[in-house]
Formats: sequence, structure tokens, C-alpha cells
Amino acid sequence: MTVSNNNLLEIKNLDISFIQARGAAHALRGIDLTISSGEILALVGESGSGKTVTSMSIMGLVPTPPARVNAGSLLFKGEELIGRPHAEMRKIRGNEIAMVFQEPAKYLNPSLKIGEQITEMLILHLGMSKRQAVEKSLEFLDVVGLGKSRRVLNAYPHELSGGMKQRAMIAMAICCNPSLLLADEPTTALDVTLQLQILKLIRSLKATFSMGILFISHNLGIVREIADRVSVIYAGKIVESASNKALFENTLHPYTSALLQSIPDAKKRGHRLRAIPGSVPDAENIPQGCSFHPRCALASDRCSQEIPMTKDYGNGHSAACHMVQ
Amino acid sequence: MIPGDPALTIAGVDAAESDIQAIRAKLGTDKPMLNQYLEWIWDVFRFDFGTSLTSGRPVSDLIMERFPLTLTLAVLGILLSIVIAIPLGVISAVRRWSFWDYLGMLFSQAGMAIPSFWLGILLLMLLSIKYRVFPLFGSGSINHLILPSISLGIARAAVLLRLTRASMVEELSKEYVITARAKGLTERMVNYKHALRNALLPVITIAGIQLGYMLGGAIIIEQVFSLPGLGRLFLFAVYQRDFPLIQGGVVFVAFVFSFINFAVDILYSVLNPKIRIS
Repeated sequence: MTVSNNNLLEIKNLDISFIQARGAAHALRGIDLTISSGEILALVGESGSGKTVTSMSIMGLVPTPPARVNAGSLLFKGEELIGRPHAEMRKIRGNEIAMVFQEPAKYLNPSLKIGEQITEMLILHLGMSKRQAVEKSLEFLDVVGLGKSRRVLNAYPHELSGGMKQRAMIAMAICCNPSLLLADEPTTALDVTLQLQILKLIRSLKATFSMGILFISHNLGIVREIADRVSVIYAGKIVESASNKALFENTLHPYTSALLQSIPDAKKRGHRLRAIPGSVPDAENIPQGCSFHPRCALASDRCSQEIPMTKDYGNGHSAACHMVQ
Repeated sequence: MIPGDPALTIAGVDAAESDIQAIRAKLGTDKPMLNQYLEWIWDVFRFDFGTSLTSGRPVSDLIMERFPLTLTLAVLGILLSIVIAIPLGVISAVRRWSFWDYLGMLFSQAGMAIPSFWLGILLLMLLSIKYRVFPLFGSGSINHLILPSISLGIARAAVLLRLTRASMVEELSKEYVITARAKGLTERMVNYKHALRNALLPVITIAGIQLGYMLGGAIIIEQVFSLPGLGRLFLFAVYQRDFPLIQGGVVFVAFVFSFINFAVDILYSVLNPKIRIS
């Protein structure tokens, strides 16, 4: 057994299925991820590949049942999160592990003031008085670029623009100084100009607070901008993991290549957009062998029969594919 | 239009034709229909609802005499239904398919199926005749209004309970609830501070409309408990072809209904920041 190193979060062989009336859905099929402090790990995949289940299971917010953890462990600061009592998980959530969601308009409570939504966490987790909490909230509004604005604090979500809402949500997430931040497609619902600002903000958080950040996205263009390391997930399995540079310059897995080719590129103007044929398999019936083989241009007979093992190709670059040498 | 002539009712069966004509002239019912209507409208704009044909007293006095009882009854009824419906509806939604949820469903099914007059009669038989906890009939004290408001409130509570449950279930499935949980809030805070606040909006609208209906008088319940409320006043006005009183009653009920709706809209804007006037 390896004793905990400086990994902030270590997910080992996490395997989760959802038990439904029409059969089990295998949402995560043994994934491995590690995040250290001051590092941004991007988790990339199409819709339905298991990104959100991953983040929700770190938060302990996957309801069991219907979900069932078949195997694996979630070590946060060296301690197991799976099987923790609800009350203990509640003290970790929002306090040590916080989360930013995709659509701030939907994920903020429409009938509570921004200030209330931030201060309630400070009061609950850090035992602050209302007055202290308000002061602290103002500081964090400043950190996320909204200024020490009491107007924002007293505003309801619908009174803020989309970008301001997302900043407010980030302020909410980081106000208790969490060491791990889960950002689930935090820029997807925003305009392109705002996306860049939010990405800069997230990068500055990593530097200022040396947070570990799990950045979930389906957009490789954004991931390339922000991630230190990247893991690509497909049908509940990590198919390739590498440093940012290695993943984009020395792509190993055919799925990653296919994703890269499907990024619209201004230089390739006039060409047809390359999309990956087919779609992510349902978690209820994942193909035999390599789950990507029905959509893979390189697939051989072996791919349809045998699940490829994850192999290490040096420098922390790993991939699970029969066709990679 | 309506069969029956108030002049005949007043004069009696054996009255001479000339007397009847005289009464008609006095009441103004000998004039053409359109004239009568326009005169009435003109009076209404001057807040003059005319005089009751049977009692000879101003319609507005008659209505105002009866209104406090109806108002108390309606407010008690709606309060009772809110007190039953909201907590039980919320528990049903938070603990779906639990004992409380089944109890709530049983209550709302029964409450909607049972006619309120029948419930009123049962309550009277049990609590006024057998156990003598409440007075059998009459009015004047709050004790006289308890059983009628229960009879009225149960059916409303049944509707509000279903609405509260449905609304709360819907709110609990919204994204901001995930955020609230991700913030590490206790389930109590998630349910009552975050979800309930939003879930109550439709409940308040419907409760307001129900209050409006009840303020028009509860004809059947007032009969069962022999309460001198608006319902009975209007019912007898119809029996006796007391046209000014009927017309005044309709205007009054319409006004009260609009006023309640307006009040609900104001309340709504207090609860829902999105429609607050800046």
C-alpha cells in the first residue's frame, strides 16, 4: 500500500452503477484520477460519459440507492470519502470541497439575495456572525472581480448579468477556502468573451489559494487554455491521461484524436466540420471490448472482444487502447 | 327574464290589480328593462345600491351587517386549510412515499370527495349533539364559527395540500437545490430555506382565490349551521326576487374577489423578487 503522498484527491478504480427498473446503468467503470494542490486537472468527455457522476460522487451527492458503489475509493487528503456518514460529508461539502456549476441562472436560488446565499455558508461552516460573514462575502466578491459591492450582495440573481452570476457563484464556492474546487462546465453557458474572463479567474484562484481544481468540460479548446493535466473519459472509463502538452502534441488514444479533430478551427475554414460518427453509448448497454470500438476508425477484431488495459507510456502519460504501441 | 314579480310578492296573492300597479310604479319595475338597468348602473357609480324590496333597508347596510361573519368564517377557513395543508404537503414532498405522504394523500382524497355540508352535519352530530363541545346553532361568538370553518377548510386544505406537495416536489428537483446541498447545508435548510420559499408561490395564489370564493358567502354551510352570513342573505334575496339586493350582492362579491386578487398580487411581489417593482 502506498501511504498518501501530496495528492489532494486520489480516485482509485471508482466503479458506480445506477440500479433502475430497466436494468443497471454502469456510469463509472473503474476510473482513476489524482489532483494535487495548485493543479488544474481537466476531465474531458462528451455528454453522458460520466463527468458529472464523477464530480457528484466526490461531493458525496450521488444518492445511494439508486446508485451503488461497486468498488473503488475516493481519498481526500489521504482519507476515504466513500462510506462517510452524511453529517461528516456535509461538513466537507462547501467547506473543503466546493463546486461551481454550469448554469448560474439555474444553480442560484432565484428568491434569495446573493449575500444570503454566500453568508449562510460562512455562518454554517466557519461559525461567523452575520456581520463578519457580510464583510467576508464582500472580500470574496472583490476576489472574483465584482468589487466590494454591497449592491451585488443585496441583489437577487436575476438582477445580475450571466457573467456576474457566475462570478457570484464562484465567490460562493471559494468563500470557505476549500482546498478542492470542482468546476462542472463553468463556462459553457457563457458568451465567449466572458468565458475567457472566467477562465482567467479560475487560473488566478489556483495560484492565489493553491487550490486543486477539477475542471470538467467537453471543450478541448478551453481545456488546452487552462489545464495542467487532462484526463479523457469515455463511457465511464478514463481512456487517456497526460499533461496538457503531451495530450495535445502527442495524442495516443484514437478517441482523443477524434475529439481534437472535431474542434472547429478558423484555419480550416470552408472544410466540413469533423464530427465523431455515432454517439456515446448508454450506460445501460456499453459495447463489449473497448467501449469506443463501434465509433473508432482503427478498430480491429480484438477491440470488440477484449477490454484494453490502461498502459503507462512514461511521464504520467497513460492510455487504454489496443492499437497504441 | 326571471319568472316572478316582486310586486306580487309584496302585495300578496289577493291584492287588487291597481295596488300591484302602484307597487310596480314605486319600485320602478314598470319601466323598460334597459331603463331600469341604466338607472341602476348610474346609482352604483354613486355607491348607491338601492333599497331592499323586502326589508326596505339600504342594500349596503344589509351587506355590511352580514359581511363580518362571512369574513371571519372565510379567514378562519383559509387559515385552517393553510395550517393543515402546507406542513403536511411539505412533509409529503420531502419524504415521498413515507407514512406521512400516504396520510397526506388519504387526507386529500377524502377531503376532496367529502361534501362539506355532509362533513358539517357529521361534525354537528358528533361535537354539538353527542358531546356538546360546540353550540348547535346561532352566532355571535367564535365558538359558533369553529365547526363551520372546519367544514369549509377541509375541502380547501385537500386542494392546497396536493398543490403544496406537487410544487415542493418540483422545486426539490431544481438545480439550485443541488447547489444548496453542495454547499454543505443541512437538509432542513435545503428544504425549508431554499425550496419552500419558491414552492409557496403557487400555493399562495390558489389560497387567495379560494379566500375570494369564500368571501362571497358559503351558502350551503351557512344553511347547515344556520349562520346569518352573506350566503344566506343572497339566497333569500333570490327566493324573494329582491332584485336590488341580488344586484348589489353580485357587485359586492365581484369587488371583494378583485380586491383579494390584487392583494395576492402584492403579496406575490413580496415573496418573489423577480416581479418586484423596482
